[in-house]
Amino acid sequence: MSSLTLAPHAKRGLLLGPRGWAVVAAALALITLVVPGLNLLLPAGHPLHLSDFYVGLTGKILCYAICALAMDLIWGYTGILSLGHGLFFALGGYGMGMYLMRQIGRDGNYKSDLPDFMVFLNWKSLPWTWSVSDSFIAQVLLVLLVPGLLALVFGWFAFRSRIKGVYFSIITQAMTFAAMLLFFRNETGFGGNNGFTDFKRILGHPLATENMRVLLFVITGCTLLGFYLMSRAIVNSKYGRVLQAIRDAETRVMFTGYNPLAYKLSIWVLSAMMCAVAGALYVPQVGIINPGEMSPAASIEIAIWAAVGGRATLIGPIIGAFFVNGAKSWFTMAFPEFWLYFLGALFIAVTLYLPDGIVGLFRRRKEGRS
Amino acid sequence: MTPELMAEGARRREALALKQAAQSATESGGRAAAFGRIAKLGVPDFAHGVALYLNDITVSFDGFKALNALTLTVNVGELRCIIGPNGAGKTTMMDCITGKTRPDSGSAHFGSTIDLLRLTEAEIAQVGIGRKFQKPTVYEELSVFENLELALAGDRRVRAALFSRLSGAQLDRIGEVLATIHLMPEAQRLAGLLSHGQKQWLEIGMLLMQDPKLLLLDEPVAGMTDEETERTAELFLRLEGQHSLVVVEHDMKFVDQLTEGRKKVTVLHEGSVLAEGLLRDVQNNDKVVEVYLGR
Repeated sequence: MSSLTLAPHAKRGLLLGPRGWAVVAAALALITLVVPGLNLLLPAGHPLHLSDFYVGLTGKILCYAICALAMDLIWGYTGILSLGHGLFFALGGYGMGMYLMRQIGRDGNYKSDLPDFMVFLNWKSLPWTWSVSDSFIAQVLLVLLVPGLLALVFGWFAFRSRIKGVYFSIITQAMTFAAMLLFFRNETGFGGNNGFTDFKRILGHPLATENMRVLLFVITGCTLLGFYLMSRAIVNSKYGRVLQAIRDAETRVMFTGYNPLAYKLSIWVLSAMMCAVAGALYVPQVGIINPGEMSPAASIEIAIWAAVGGRATLIGPIIGAFFVNGAKSWFTMAFPEFWLYFLGALFIAVTLYLPDGIVGLFRRRKEGRS
Repeated sequence: MTPELMAEGARRREALALKQAAQSATESGGRAAAFGRIAKLGVPDFAHGVALYLNDITVSFDGFKALNALTLTVNVGELRCIIGPNGAGKTTMMDCITGKTRPDSGSAHFGSTIDLLRLTEAEIAQVGIGRKFQKPTVYEELSVFENLELALAGDRRVRAALFSRLSGAQLDRIGEVLATIHLMPEAQRLAGLLSHGQKQWLEIGMLLMQDPKLLLLDEPVAGMTDEETERTAELFLRLEGQHSLVVVEHDMKFVDQLTEGRKKVTVLHEGSVLAEGLLRDVQNNDKVVEVYLGR
């Protein structure tokens, strides 16, 4: 009898409801059909024409949204606030940037086989870190492996030592700051404070074309959708519920026989790798990567998107990334000097009045939740 | 070897076997008990009839001895109440058993083979020790059902959790426990919305889901109504026998109910055992009266 009455409780395994799938399908159509259509097919003077600027901007925000989603998994669901996710994003960006630098070939200012900054530094050959930079596949693997490995080693030591809460946040902040200082040095071999720029082509195709811009936009959008569905599957699984249990009462989780280390480490590494993918998609679209992306402020911003949108909702941080960055580009165009004031006011307002973020405003209150 | 010698050997062996059989029939844990069996990894050996054996445990925090050469034995299936004034070391003792605190000296064994001091908190839970905290600790943002589901005995590894699906038998088990802890109508509610007493029950339910061999219960009826306390006592008495229970409690009425006038209680004071015996005896014990009433 009890299994009959409880049967509905066990049905939570479903990825999305019919409405959820409809929204996903609509988003997919928007990304793959509507935006490319409005941008490429309609002539520039048409009222519905979507300018290249907006395609580029939206593509950039889609990358940010991936970061916010990754942040939600580790912060919203597992309760571990990382203030160093910008590092993983930047490392992914650098991985892709190295490949793009090599693709410039002899078209740089110095007409050399080496990237311009190396010629400038009077280097005669590529450093060992660049040994596979000619291969797209190898660099894409590095985009995943380097941040993944760094997260694994860092996370293993931090979680094994049971570093939690604000202490963990601070050392992640220190980690990205240290990396930024390292990348600022020319000797590190990644272009110093200028980073990489002046990219010409990817896989032999020129980068600065309308078609390439739309293609990168579509790939980024589909990646975000894919990551969203993956994250949904994760948080709907028992694994996802263990993560939330770790967030709510970690000692209880331990005394129930789970080893939190494996759970925290796995979601931490996954989250870092998602950020790295976002960085790799970001660089060809904006055409530059430099150590500024590793600045502490950049990492804090990721956390802000998640908080503004609504933690532990998956969709919230995506909305938050769009909201904050949309507001940022509008404000910096309309009232450039007031942007920081607005940002400050936004955080105060969200902290005071919207503890559940934007999503909390619209979400129908769950039954029994007062 | 002569036939006489061989016959003599056979006769002696037989006599020894008879002697051992006679011994183990009369007392639990005779010499035959652990003879010729292989200790299995992670499976406690209860053949000696002892579930928990703490020997000479000392824990000090900055010179203050929270536990001072504490020695305590709990038998298999026994329900043992532990009382003592505040700061007597009751919670520290539980911390030592569950791996939260490492003692400075002494030993702690679960069954005869498992050395608790060498295991992590999670491993200790996996070999079969469940613990209820003084302050009810449940996963507030998960439903009652999900709280129980996570506690369900089973593979605790990441991969298993990723692909886990509840079987019919597991659903039945969750239903059974929901009925036992009287939370069936609340199954879908968030645990954070339960009353204090209900949270206590939920945490006890989570322990039951783990199916531990030894339950450590730190003030399980704190904040419960009289009726809830009554029910809790009934539940614990039902668990006695199948599980070993260690109950730390201040509520003497509850302790009286649990011991039913015939079970041993242990009085802790300043980190060691002050007295052990029937509740009415220890209540009349001069030393105990002095500790409790300060006379």
